[in-house]
Order: sequence, then C-alpha cells, then structure tokens
Amino acid sequence: MENKIYSINGPVITVKDTNDFSMLEMVYVGHKKLLGEVIKIDNDLVTIQVYESTTGLKPNEPVVGSKELLYVTLGPGIVGNIFDGIERPLKDLYEKQGAFIDIGSQVDSLDVEKLWNVEVLCKVGDYLYGGSVYAQCQETSLIMHRCLLSPSLSGQVIEVVENGAYNIKQTIVKIKDDYGLIHNIDLTSKWPIRNPRPIRKRLGIHRPLITGQRVIDTLFPIAKGGAASVPGGFGSGKTMTQHQIAKWCDADLIVYVGCGERGNEMTQVLQEFSELIDPKSNQPLLARTVLIANTSNMPVAAREASIYTGITLAEYYRDMGYHVAIMADSTSRWAEALREISGRLEEMPAEEGFPAYLPSRIAQFYERAGLVKTLNQQEGSITIIGAVSPQGADFSEPVTQNTKRFVRCFWALDKSLAYARHYPAINWNTSYSEYIDDLSKYYSEQVARDFSSLRKEMIMLLAEENKLNEIVKLIGADVLPDDQKLILLVAKIIRVGFLQQNAYHQEDTYVPLAKQYQMLKVIHYFYQEAKKLVTRKIPVSLLNKTGIIDKIIKIKYDVRNDDLMAFDNYYVEIDQALKSID
Amino acid sequence: MTLSILGLNEIAGSLVVMDNVDDVSNEEIVEIKTQDGHIRLGRVVEIEGKKAIVQVFEGTSGLSKTNTKTKFLGHPMELPLSKEILGRIFNGSGKPIDGLGEVYSNFKADINGNPLNPVARVYPRNYINTGISTIDGLNTLIRGQKLPIFSGSGMPHDKLAVQIVRQAQIADSQGKDFGIVFGAMGVKNDVAEYFKRSFEETGVMEKVCMFINLANDPIIERIITPRCALSAAEYLAYQQDMHILVILTDITSYCEALREFSSSKGEIPGRKGYPGYMYSDLASLYERAGIVQGKKGSVTQIPILTMPNDDITHPVPDLTGYITEGQIVLDRQLHQNGIYPPVGPLASLSRLMKDGIGKGYTREDHSALANQLFASYAKVIEARSLASVIGEDELSSNDQMHLEFGRQFEKIFIGQGFDTKRSINETLSLGWALLSMLPESSLDRLDQNLIKQHYNPSTASRILETLASVGV
Repeated sequence: MENKIYSINGPVITVKDTNDFSMLEMVYVGHKKLLGEVIKIDNDLVTIQVYESTTGLKPNEPVVGSKELLYVTLGPGIVGNIFDGIERPLKDLYEKQGAFIDIGSQVDSLDVEKLWNVEVLCKVGDYLYGGSVYAQCQETSLIMHRCLLSPSLSGQVIEVVENGAYNIKQTIVKIKDDYGLIHNIDLTSKWPIRNPRPIRKRLGIHRPLITGQRVIDTLFPIAKGGAASVPGGFGSGKTMTQHQIAKWCDADLIVYVGCGERGNEMTQVLQEFSELIDPKSNQPLLARTVLIANTSNMPVAAREASIYTGITLAEYYRDMGYHVAIMADSTSRWAEALREISGRLEEMPAEEGFPAYLPSRIAQFYERAGLVKTLNQQEGSITIIGAVSPQGADFSEPVTQNTKRFVRCFWALDKSLAYARHYPAINWNTSYSEYIDDLSKYYSEQVARDFSSLRKEMIMLLAEENKLNEIVKLIGADVLPDDQKLILLVAKIIRVGFLQQNAYHQEDTYVPLAKQYQMLKVIHYFYQEAKKLVTRKIPVSLLNKTGIIDKIIKIKYDVRNDDLMAFDNYYVEIDQALKSID
Repeated sequence: MTLSILGLNEIAGSLVVMDNVDDVSNEEIVEIKTQDGHIRLGRVVEIEGKKAIVQVFEGTSGLSKTNTKTKFLGHPMELPLSKEILGRIFNGSGKPIDGLGEVYSNFKADINGNPLNPVARVYPRNYINTGISTIDGLNTLIRGQKLPIFSGSGMPHDKLAVQIVRQAQIADSQGKDFGIVFGAMGVKNDVAEYFKRSFEETGVMEKVCMFINLANDPIIERIITPRCALSAAEYLAYQQDMHILVILTDITSYCEALREFSSSKGEIPGRKGYPGYMYSDLASLYERAGIVQGKKGSVTQIPILTMPNDDITHPVPDLTGYITEGQIVLDRQLHQNGIYPPVGPLASLSRLMKDGIGKGYTREDHSALANQLFASYAKVIEARSLASVIGEDELSSNDQMHLEFGRQFEKIFIGQGFDTKRSINETLSLGWALLSMLPESSLDRLDQNLIKQHYNPSTASRILETLASVGV
C-alpha cells in the first residue's frame, strides 16, 4: 500500500494508518523526495520530521521508507569538504543548482568519480573483524585514509584487487562471513548518525590538547578525549575562540560544525582555512578540516541532525587512530531545534519550553568524547568543544546548566572583558578545568617540573586581585599598603601580558607551551624580586617609572616563538631595573 | 487549477479553518473574497487531512462562517519584480499604494527565498564610508553586512539611519548602481513620513523602494513585510547588479506580530511568550544579507529595533545579536547628555570590521587604534564608577587623565552632530589626537612603532583646540 501525507505542520508531517515505518527510519517525502526521519509512531499516526523546507508540499503526496536509519556515508573525500547537516556536499550543490539551496536536491555525499590511489592491506585468506583496516589511500596531504570494515561485519577475505586507482564505488575486497554470505566491500561504509561507533575500551585521559592559547593551555587546559564548553553572550568571542582552537590545536583532524550560525562565518572559515598554512606541517589547514555548515536560515531539522553528523564523522576518523577535535558552534541552536520540533509534536515542555529530554540528549552527545582503544587496537580520541549561546548571557538557563553537568572544562566568556577588548574574554574567576590533575603529570614531565606551582601562584594572584578590587572600588587604590599594590601590579602584568592574546598578531596568535612557561617564569621572577624591595619599604610606584613593566607585558610580541634564548635578557633587565630604584 | 470554497469552518484570531479542501499545498496563498467584494490575502500554515488552517494577513474582522469565497492560488506568496519598483511605495504585502499602478513583470519571486549556500557567499570585505566616526572608526560597516541599530524609544535611531543613507558612499566610485530598500513594520505614520521626506531631501527617492506597514495596519501583514522588502533587495542586487542598503524598522514590532500569530495558533511559547522558533525566523530575514559569488551587487542590512525598557537581554535584541554581525547600540546616557549620535562605544561591535580595515582598505593603523580607543574608554568607565564613590579629586592622576580623555572623546569623537561628515583619515587622526591626551605608558594595546608614528601630545592639543573652538 502506498503511504501518503496526512498533515503538514512546519517541518513535521504525519502519515495515517500505516505499519510500514520503523522508529528513526529515513524516509523520502513527497514528489520531490525530501529527506525525513520517523520520530514518533502512534496508534494511527506516524510522525516524520523533514530535513528540508516543506513549502509547497501537499497532503496525499507519497512517503517512501528507506528501511534504513538516518546514516552518513563514510569514505575518502570527507576531509577538506564542506557539508550541510545531512552530509550533502555544499560545493556540489552550488555547482548543480546555483547560489540558493533548492529543496529535494539529490546529490552523492562523496565524489564518486574521483580515483584514489588505493593500497590494499589484506590478502586472500585473511580473517577480518569489524573495524579492521583493509586498504588505505592518501586522502589529503595530511590524512592517510584507512578504510575500516564496518563494525557489524566480519569474515574471510576471498578476493582482493591489485593496488591502483579506484573510485569509491569499486569493489576492493570480497569477504565471506560466518554464514557463508559474500560481501563486496568498496572504499565506503555507512553508519547511522545517532548511534555511537563501537570501540574496544576507553583509556584514562592523560594528554592535553595543546591549543597555543595561553589562558587555555596554562589556566584551564583541556585533555585529548575531553569535553569543554564555551558559553558566552553575543559578541563575547565564542566563535573567535573556536576558530583559534580549530586553527592551532594539535589534533590530527578538526571537524567544525557550524550549527545554526551565520553564513558569512562559514564562508570565512572555508576561505581562511584554505589559505592558512599549518605551521607544524606546512600544509593548508583545510587538509585536516571537515566543515559542516547548517546556517541559521537552513532547515531546522537538519540543524538538529548536523551535530550527530559531525560527531559520527569524527568517530570514523578516531577509529582510524587519529586524534580528532570537534567544534560545535553552537549547541544552543541545536537545543532550540529540539525545542522547536518538540513544540510541533505538542510534547509537554519542561524548563523554558525545552523538552524534558534535553539533558539526556546533551549527555549523549558529550559522552561520545573520549580517548579510546579502537577495534583495530589503535589509540584515538575525540575532544568536543561546544559553544553555548545563553539567552541574555544568563548562565542559569537550561542549556548552559545542563551542559555544565556533562563537561569537565568550562570556559566562561565574559561580556565586560569583551567590552574592554580583553580577548580571549575567558573569565578566570568563573571558568574551571577538572582535567588539571589528570594532566599534571604531562605538564611536569613534558614542560617543566615547576609548571604547576607557577600556575598555582598565578591563580592565587588573580584571586587576590579580585578580592582587592572590591576594596579598591570602595576606597581607591592609593590607600592600599605596598605589598597589596604590588599584587595588583603583578596581576595586571598577568592579565595584560599573559592572559590577553592577540589573534591577529603573527607571533601571538599561537604560543607553544615552552614559551608560555618561560613567560610565567619571568613574571614569577619579577614578583619575587619586587617583593624583596617592598619588604625593604621601597614604594611600588617607583617600579612604574623603570619601564620594566611595559617590557614584561610586551614579551608576547617581542620574543619570537622560536627564540626562547631571548628570555635570558629579561632576568638581567629586571635585576638592573630593580637595582636602579633600590 | 484554482479552487473556490464557500464559507469557513472556524475563525480564531487571525486564523481561519476550512474543511473539505483538496490539493492544497503548504504555505500556499489564498484569496478570501468577502461579501462587499474586498479581497484579503492569506497563507496556508497547517494542513491536516482535508482541513486547512489559513492565516489572514489583513485580519479576520467582518468575516463570518458563511460570507466568504476562498480561492486557493496554488503557489506560495510571490512578488512581481522589475527595475520599476525603484521610486515606488508599496504596502506591507507588496501592493502599490502610491497610485502609480501595478508593477508588471514576468519575474516573480517567492518572498520566502531559499537559503543561500555558504559556499556561494563571498566573504564581505569592502567597507562603507558612512562619515560617522563611531561607525567608521570603531564599528566599521562592511558591504554585505547585517548591522542592526539597537535603540530605545525616544532615541534618534531614525535620524542616524537617515544620516547613514545620506552620507554613505555605498556605490562604486561613480555613485550609480546603488539603491535603498526600506521596510517599515508597525511604525508610526510620522516615522514613515520622516523617512520619505528625508529620502526626497537627499535626492535619492528615485533610488528607494519602500514597503510600509504602519502601526495601525494589520498585524499579520507585518510578518510578510520584511520578506517582500528583502525579495526586492535580492532581486535588485543579484539580477540588476546594484548595491542595496536595506533598512528594516522596527524589528520589535515584527517580533510582536510573530508572537501574536504564534499564540493564536496555540503554540508552546518560549521566553517572554515569544515563539520558540523566533531565532530561526529572524535568521531567515537577517541571513538574506550578503554577497554572492559571480554577482556584482550586494545586500547590506541595517535593521532597527527598539529595546523594550532599554533591556539588551530582552529576547528581540538578544536573538538579533546572535544572528547579526555586530550591533550599533545607542546609549541613553549619551543621548541625555546631548551627544549625537549617541552610539555607545563599548556595547557596539562590528564583527566583520577586522577583515575590512587596515592596509589596502582603510589605513594600516586602524585596527590597533580602534582597539586602544576601546580599551582606554573602558578604563574611563572604570574611573567614573570609582569617582562616583570616592570623588574625582581622590583619583590617581592617571585616572583623572582618563576622565578628561573620556569627556573629550564623547564630546568630539562621538558627538560629531547630524551635519558633520568625516573622512576615514579625519576620524583616525582625531582618534590619535585624543589618545595623545593620555600618558604613553597607559597605551598598552599599541606597539612602539605606531606610538612613535602617531602619538604626539603637542600637535594633538592643537587639533583638539581648533575642533573645540569650532564648537563641535
């Protein structure tokens, strides 16, 4: 029996009296075959959310099931590409139908014509398990694509092709499974986006994701396999922070999900990343980036799916043994998409109209992060960095609060810092990272033994400054005793010279850990020496006249990232400056 | 084929329900003919089996269950467009109200528009010289940007918009190929009249296309007004190669119309009763700004919204700020001090500024200078709050210098007046002159080279004195 549309309400349609569909099945709606997904099955009605605009759709148009869950196609050609929320390549759409996205566009997710130089890694007689690598090809200059057998398959190899150039639809190996069925395996596989891909086991977190951003690496580090959240009102620099991390962090692959955000921003990422050269590999950044763009004016249901599409692609590359970082900008728009669809389904709303299952959906997403041993015995990780756009910059709203429960690293962006153009506007009093203890071993072994103690001193000074500022607000800075004035002075050096970082400055946009450590050490040395002067009753105001403070603040610009020897001069200069007023 | 149906089944607010309709499509336009022969337009918003729910743009007053004849037109809302729309005035649903007759054209645009593929966009980089220091210097407007004005009742947002239109050199060097599309949603008659008069006085009226839904016009029509305006803008930009500046006022009225419509449909409300999908809805307007690859024109948007109670966290400014590329926030304090234009420097922001200024666009020192001005002005605010507690005399000399800098900055740099037009060089030099009032050591955002080049207290004081004597 043919199934027909019964009702239409925004992106939600229903089909009456049918038993043909299963939950979360992918369906094609209407004559134009719009993509949809079954989200509710009642006694007599099946509810479907449609991933494209339903304008012009009529009742009684056909609805056809695909018998499959909403899936993405995985294979070479993903990296360097830009997709919409349901893995349609936007470049191909542009070439096919022009600047505006029309509805009912059918395009292949991956380029089916392109030939890849395939090296086959198994031979006849081998037994392959789910997740085994059977072939590989160079996907971009930075990513070797290891073709993984679908986790649900296993069997004996009965036929392989020679190494050579193949497109993604050509059979590379044939395997016979335990029931004697023969499977033709090409370069691609499929995976339903809402199910996490299986792994062998989770590993303990022990390595940081180095971002080159001082306030993150030093104060609030994130681990490879961790999850962080960046909440902030508009204009506080969420997107900027995400861009900086995407550009400079030491992950092997970046999945950047623009979820319900501005179109121009995605264009910018696309252009900038194809021009920018990664300093470590000398290759364009786009060679290690996957972009998923579901801008705010694109259909809302696809926005809901875009987060899952992104994380599934990330998991696929993790299973190849890569360290993947995924930026989701912004998870609030995703939550709003949930709310909108929930409203159309007339579900009982919980807080602020969000559905009651919001926390569990957020948890399911962030729990897909982790450092793991893959089915193929490789080590890989997914680090999630999710932006949150709280309404009215009010962190007590449901999305921020629920996200906070499931991430261990919280970079709170502060509007007043952004107003003063203190970037990155990460507020050091309200942000936190629970990864510090997990990572302290790495820092003391790989950076320096006293890194943690320097860090602690810095946090202490900033906290002290915060307290003193309360007093200053009431009575002014002049009446403070000199030792407290010194704290204010050093805290200012830390704020301006260390925490503030200029994303547009050639040296300052990315700072290696070694330089961060040296900067901390100089500030520490200055503090210790100046403290000695203060105990001998030499007024702090004299320090301002020596010019040494400006010098320390400008270390970030003056010392090149590869010239750490230059730091030695600063100790000498501090000594001289202090001597001059002693 | 078009169908005609007699009578209605239910009427609730602006919605009517019709039963036994066949072959009706989602978002289709309907014509409802009343007994007196008037035709009202409506749109199908929900279909269930043979029942269709229709939203009537002109309101449902006077409709009864039996006195109507409804025709389904079989297509979504369309607007006939040609180059002739320039110089014309339309009502909120795109019907001419200037008595010059219908617009005839073979080209009809679906007013909802399709989303623009991000791959097809060109990242905006060319700045628009508005001649206003706080915009050019601190929050540069870029061609293809959407930069709203956040205002409050009683503040001169309309005046500022008019000044931008008058002074902006949007056009390519010769001044041709530029146009203005003006969309008024729920504004007062005087406001619409003010804009019309100003366009005439500036001599750009033949370049303007106006869509006007006044405060006493049907509320539901307001929902389609900006869509008509933007469809016209896209047509002029992408098919007629023009640089279009779209002014939409007042977005707050638009959102209220949306709220009214949503509640009449019985939808679950989000914050402050506004529908949960308001973000997506606003995005479908704002995202229609931009530049498309291979096209010569561009759409730049300046939406104006009034913040209820000057509250920037109210859902309308809040959601707008998350979509637009920055915002120009008018500051009531400045306004009360008689400073025009009262653009609050700290809350305002232009996100596209960073890539559209500097060498090759404005001037090399622009970005560093703007940063320092922001940072120094932030210090002024700090010093003021301290002064209000302990008195100005007790402040450190550094803080006192900042206070003086703040006064001059507000008076001269911000308060340039309605008739002053400053070139980008004038704006930047003025910025440097003001910074030179401060001790060199407090300029922590500038590197030594720039300071050497531009920091000059002696010439600076001369510049400021002359400006002050002219009475700026």
